[in-house]
Amino acid sequence: MTVPDPADRGTHAVMVARKQADAPAMTSPLGVVWRAVATIWSVPKARVGVALLGFFVLLAVFAPLIAPYDPSDNGFGRSEDFSAAHWMGTTAAGQDVLSQIIHGASTSVFVGFVAGLLSTIIAVTIGLTWGYLRSITGDVINFVVNLFLVIPALPLMIVIAAYLQNGGIGMIIFVVVITGWAWGARVLRSQTQSLRSRDFVTAAVFSGDSPARIVFREILPNMTSLIVGSFFGAATAAILAEAGLEFLGLGDSTTISWGTMLFWAQNSNALLTGQWILLFAPGLCISLLATSLSLINFGVDGLSNPRLREGANR
Amino acid sequence: MRFLLTKVGLLALTLWAAITLNFLLPRLMPGSPADAAIAKLAQNGPVSSATRASIEAQLGVPTGSMFDQYLQYLGNVARFDFGVSYTFFPQSVAGLVGAALPWTLVLVGLVTIIAFIAGTLLGVLAAWKRGTWLDTLPTVGGTFASAFPYFWTALLLLFFLGYVAGWFPTSGAYGRGTSPEFSAVFLLDALYHSILPATTILITSLGGWILGMRSTMINTLGDDYVTFAEANGLRPRTVAIRYAARNAILPNLTSFGLALGGVVGGSLLVERVFNYPGVGYLLYTAVVNQDFPLMQGLFLIITISVLMANFIVDILYGILDPRTRR
Repeated sequence: MTVPDPADRGTHAVMVARKQADAPAMTSPLGVVWRAVATIWSVPKARVGVALLGFFVLLAVFAPLIAPYDPSDNGFGRSEDFSAAHWMGTTAAGQDVLSQIIHGASTSVFVGFVAGLLSTIIAVTIGLTWGYLRSITGDVINFVVNLFLVIPALPLMIVIAAYLQNGGIGMIIFVVVITGWAWGARVLRSQTQSLRSRDFVTAAVFSGDSPARIVFREILPNMTSLIVGSFFGAATAAILAEAGLEFLGLGDSTTISWGTMLFWAQNSNALLTGQWILLFAPGLCISLLATSLSLINFGVDGLSNPRLREGANR
Repeated sequence: MRFLLTKVGLLALTLWAAITLNFLLPRLMPGSPADAAIAKLAQNGPVSSATRASIEAQLGVPTGSMFDQYLQYLGNVARFDFGVSYTFFPQSVAGLVGAALPWTLVLVGLVTIIAFIAGTLLGVLAAWKRGTWLDTLPTVGGTFASAFPYFWTALLLLFFLGYVAGWFPTSGAYGRGTSPEFSAVFLLDALYHSILPATTILITSLGGWILGMRSTMINTLGDDYVTFAEANGLRPRTVAIRYAARNAILPNLTSFGLALGGVVGGSLLVERVFNYPGVGYLLYTAVVNQDFPLMQGLFLIITISVLMANFIVDILYGILDPRTRR
């Protein structure tokens, strides 16, 4: 940090003044988040979603405390039925099913959160820049995004995952993010385009703000709800994709997750032995977690819909 | 005409991009997929130089210029030469894909059309009877069902209706001992085998159509011409179907193309569960056996099929809505 030259003091003062003016804007994101949560909570469907998601997050965080056994401990009897010691029985390899379900929550919540976050970051960066800049690169990005939208995602994920053999959770997140960002980018781009010609953006342009500042400090905060919505959408897709890839046996089959449980259930002939809980429980958890995110999105839709309609009328 | 030319041009560009992506994928990956493929092929016997060249054109070689490889690859794709599978040695990839494709096309195609029609009707009903149980039931049910992983619905149906109840066959697309032929007996048998996979795809994809149609329908119901039709004293059913629904279908059709990719992806998992001999099951087999030539060929065919379906929907959209032709 250099000491400001006395001649520059004027500009410096302006910058300080601007920093101070920004200060409430810096704290207001918390306020925005709080208000967003309150709005989401006011929609009954979304309230159910928040409660469900909260349950799974608690399960994921406190899995080691809640689970009765170590999920990879295979020292129990094989393919046991329900009992007081094993509420959901044991797997064909002799592991406790309940402990695996509880620990599986950690994997799904983690993958959903990280992959959703990364996809959203890419979607926000590309969608906003692409929506704000009017140049020839816009057409190129348009083409690339449309390409990623029409190429079937799961086959692409399967092919990439087959080359990067047994890469585990990191590989799965990578594959899901690569194929999952395009939808959010397109939605955010159209919203940016409709906000681009609003008065507050014109005002910012005239006051000499850089394009980066306009896009990320002026336009971005106006799309919070849409961004939150695309995060939940990406997270849902990530959780379903992760389960699908692991069910096919791509990825590390020693990971404790709901997808891997289903993989082992089919490969150990749980269908024939009649241990329906091995099929039923992991899939139900995946569905409930994915549903909880979709339900929350009903509340987020309520936040963003009036604005979307304004954009559609232009 | 101009509309058609633009669409054809865009299709050509998209096809080129997909084919190029297929070329780049194995070359961007760590290790040498081509060497691994040729080494596996060599276990079946001597590898002819023609086979080696076609595999290298597809999967990449460390030597030689990238541009030459690209040209050779494009030539091979134009001749449907995707090399030889080593899982099903000595069958060609093109032949294997050609045998598997009809099963998936018929299954996914028919189910998607049924789901689209049923979902659209239910969506119209839900929007028209907004707030009643006719609205709540399909909306909530659809949301929950679309969160089901395809393979889970498949596993549950397979277990409860296939194994426990024994109502449906548990594996394959036709009974053992029969072979594909055009006879009533075989077609009925194939239909019987396709009920569970079809139901799975229907259950999971229906919700999306209901929700999409419902929301566009609610938007059109607020339009002036609907109010005008109501003010004219037309029967409610006429207003709902001839005025509102007719215009709400169009936006829903756009999502048809985009949703198709998801349905195809889901059907891959469904085929794995039911051992259904389509493209998805073949892709699974290729992945498990690290059969890279087969895998690349399948990925290309799947992608091209989805692109073509999107193209057809686009053209259809242009025919149905004159405004998009500009």
